[in-house]
Amino acid sequence: MSSKAFQRTYTRLEAITKATVTLHAQGVSNDELATVAGRLAQVVKIKGDLITLQVFAGTEGIPTNAEVLFHGEPPTLQVSEELSGRFFNAYGDPIDGGPKVEGDRRQIGGPSVNPYKRKQPSQLIPTGIAGIDLNNTLVSGQKIPFFADPDQPYNQVMAQVALRADVDKIILGGMGLSNDDYLYFKHEFESAGALNKIISFVNTTDQPPVERLLIPDMALTAAEFFAVDKNEKVLVLLTDMTLYADALSIVSNRMDQIPSKDSMPGSLYSDLAKIYEKAVQLPSGGSITIIAVTTLNDGDITHAIPDNTGYITEGQLYLRADTDTGKVIIDPFRSLSRLKQLVQGKQTREDHSQVMNASVRLYADAQNAKTKLENGFDLSDYDRRCLEYAKAYAVEILSIDVNIGLTEMLDTAWKLFARYFSQAETGIKQAMIDKYWPAA
Amino acid sequence: MKATGIVTGIISNLVTVRFEGDVAQNEICHIDLGGTKMMAEVIKVSGKNAFVQVYESTRGLRQGDRVEFDGHMLEVQLGPGLLSSSYDGLQNNLATMEDVFLKRGEYTAPLDHEKIWHFTPIAKPGDTVYAADWLGEVKEGWLPHKIMVPFSFKDEYKIKSIAPEGDYKIDDTMAVLTDAQGEEHKVTMVQKWPVKVAVGGYVEKPRPFRIMETGVRCMDTLNPIAEGGTGFIPGPFGCGKTVLQHAIAKQGDAEVIVMAACGERANEVVEIFAEFPELIDPHTGRHLMERTTIICNTSNMPVAAREASVYTAMTICEYYRAMGMKALLLADSTSRWAQALREMSNRMEELPGADAFPVDLSAIISNFYARAGIVKLRNGQTGAVTFIGTVSPAGGNLKEPVTESTKKAARCFYSLAQARADKKRYPAVDPIDSYSKYLEYPEVVEYLKERVGKDWVEKVNRAKNLIRRGKEIAEQINILGDDGVPISYHEQFWKSELIDFVILQQDAFDPIDSLCPMERQEYMLSLVLKVCDVPFEFDDYEQCAAKYKEIINILRQMNYSEFKSESFNKYLEQLNTLLYHEQ
Repeated sequence: MSSKAFQRTYTRLEAITKATVTLHAQGVSNDELATVAGRLAQVVKIKGDLITLQVFAGTEGIPTNAEVLFHGEPPTLQVSEELSGRFFNAYGDPIDGGPKVEGDRRQIGGPSVNPYKRKQPSQLIPTGIAGIDLNNTLVSGQKIPFFADPDQPYNQVMAQVALRADVDKIILGGMGLSNDDYLYFKHEFESAGALNKIISFVNTTDQPPVERLLIPDMALTAAEFFAVDKNEKVLVLLTDMTLYADALSIVSNRMDQIPSKDSMPGSLYSDLAKIYEKAVQLPSGGSITIIAVTTLNDGDITHAIPDNTGYITEGQLYLRADTDTGKVIIDPFRSLSRLKQLVQGKQTREDHSQVMNASVRLYADAQNAKTKLENGFDLSDYDRRCLEYAKAYAVEILSIDVNIGLTEMLDTAWKLFARYFSQAETGIKQAMIDKYWPAA
Repeated sequence: MKATGIVTGIISNLVTVRFEGDVAQNEICHIDLGGTKMMAEVIKVSGKNAFVQVYESTRGLRQGDRVEFDGHMLEVQLGPGLLSSSYDGLQNNLATMEDVFLKRGEYTAPLDHEKIWHFTPIAKPGDTVYAADWLGEVKEGWLPHKIMVPFSFKDEYKIKSIAPEGDYKIDDTMAVLTDAQGEEHKVTMVQKWPVKVAVGGYVEKPRPFRIMETGVRCMDTLNPIAEGGTGFIPGPFGCGKTVLQHAIAKQGDAEVIVMAACGERANEVVEIFAEFPELIDPHTGRHLMERTTIICNTSNMPVAAREASVYTAMTICEYYRAMGMKALLLADSTSRWAQALREMSNRMEELPGADAFPVDLSAIISNFYARAGIVKLRNGQTGAVTFIGTVSPAGGNLKEPVTESTKKAARCFYSLAQARADKKRYPAVDPIDSYSKYLEYPEVVEYLKERVGKDWVEKVNRAKNLIRRGKEIAEQINILGDDGVPISYHEQFWKSELIDFVILQQDAFDPIDSLCPMERQEYMLSLVLKVCDVPFEFDDYEQCAAKYKEIINILRQMNYSEFKSESFNKYLEQLNTLLYHEQ
């Protein structure tokens, strides 16, 4: 890239901030890459011949006479089957000691799929976790984040989901991963013997935060290669998108943009949507499914990052520690898979949605009973049965360590209904009750 | 002489152009990027510099790239063939694009220029006509699509000639009009109109007086929207905004539906593409798609075109209104449109208002809502544009600029409550916070008495009071405990639960329950209120709860059954037995 003929070198910076440098230069195009004192940078603003570059690795130690070289094109990734099983950094360079990947050079952050050409997602992705499969069924082509507090085992759950899901490729985009988590993923993938279908782009906490901005686009460019060119089912894991958004705010702040809510840039919604909307079911059969992690501050989902995410993604999976049973559960109230009705009752048993709704409604009644109990009131017989049911439901259905098939989940739910409630109390359609209510 | 210019600055999709000649605010221009012409709109002029928002990604654009100005604002083409089409925010036909990916600078024709339409004249030579007067009609699906004097024609014209009945293409001359100066003007089936200007051509805009039925009980029964009215649905994510909007789109009693997917999820639009062609319009028995136009600018499509998309959609609705039709515009979500405005205002370094939105946000929103309405045409007929927008308040907090501005502009408010969604009580429309200002219009009340029943409004008010009382009692029970209040309180609480479960809640995914016609709504509300009048004797509150749960269960089974079918009547019998014979 840096060996182009007649390339002009600039050596005079006009301004330096923590994340950007500004200089006079000619013939520069928007979004193009440059090297500033050996570090990669990207054009973010052009004002006459005054060019502002965002330096991914930060500007520490960059002098005003730093050498600046323009590459003439936006960031690219070389794509081919050789990507499989490899680990890369944010720039797409190998970090596993292996050789550079040869292949077709693609610009990252490419155009969107014409919505009219998309196909409706319709393939169930079973995970074995009942809190997901039963209550929040995932579908290929879907985009969905885990909302979790930093102390919850979201990376473990995500690795588990990834390895159980029936897909052709798994692409990990790690942003601000701790080194331990990076090694955890590596170990999990290796020991599952699934390494050859996994590709990882990783930025760890010891690397500069602004570099993270490249990770999702790198991962998704690779995903598009496999989904579009090879018609494969691709699952993309993005963790942690909160750290990605933090990096966005750093850059916009350095560029003197007026912040909106929670000091995030005003374009946060569009920035996140550009990533998540890469999830797609293609007409040719390939698909990209995105499962992401958005960490929360003390469960606050009104913060701009989870809030904007929730408006973009097709639902969210909410991890919560259940104090009554000591289990980490998928919260049935706040969690939602918006695409679930595309497969529920179609690729799963007919009673699926009725069972799901009834079980959550009864769980909600248990919460009311719990409030009563906490306020020191007498419980009714129904309240007591609800509370008993809630415990069993948390352990046998909601807990993330459950690993059973969908039919078994449904049968389990019916068993719980029969154990604690009368038929009328479930409010399920009579035809379903006649068919599935367990014989006493 | 159209202006030209060169690019001098770029920040994301805001481009500065130094121009030669004269440009107008909101004029469209094209930027040449190595042969690809990218469309942009002037949003500010300062000296010889025009600030333009580009409707595409500006990647690769350079200082010095050439710009040509078009001499007009953003326009849409109006003519037969709009219905059942799928457009992006700039009215490019998404169906005729070849590639799976959207290509920059690929603009496709909105209307089919080769399609044959059968034309029947309405006016005759010698008639005096004005803008928006009907010259003739073609059948678009089953709808009589009027060919009108273009909206842009000023003053009065005489018809010199008009095409005889027969088959024509949209570009054929259908009529020749002569103006006061004797100059001749040809009229085809297509006309162009700038989207940001409201379409006129009507005599007056009376107050709405009829109800637009949606088949959604919590709207029609409790807070109906008027034909030609405005409403909005704010709600945090996951509360069912989109499901509710889709239900209205499928069932709304309108002849033309325009859905603007503005900065929302692509898969939601795919759902429409996949489902609508299969679905049947309950009012006409025709395919839903035949009456539907989709304007689709999803969240990953260029931000500037997102802003344009709601205007494009509104203009199409106004076009059909001028034909004397009832059009319904659904925009999901207007918050994304406001955010697009914010992004641009931010890049132009304007002084921000609340939450960094532009200071004129409120004015922009009310101007837009004001374009809806019922109108009286020059020929005495009426047409209507009903507008329902969704709002996605940041953090689910309704005290934010977009919600507050919209509340001032819209007459119906359907507040989606997180608490209801958490309990899976869908649609999660809060019965107490939501309102319809149209219920305060005497003409609407008169209409309801006529349409539904003499005592309908009283029944609705009674139901609302029961809900309100139930909520108050629920709070008291929470504080005082089940034993701390008299049994009569429990009874009142369960009456409100009865209304909640049977009237307010509705299963949007059930083929029968999802659509509840007005007759059925009247029947069910009357039945529920009758149940509320039955005097019970309970020994304790648990007995009360058990009884009402049983009643609720039976009534819900009725909701799931075909109206007045055998199974419906069977449940009714069960209910009567429970109410009157098991005391």
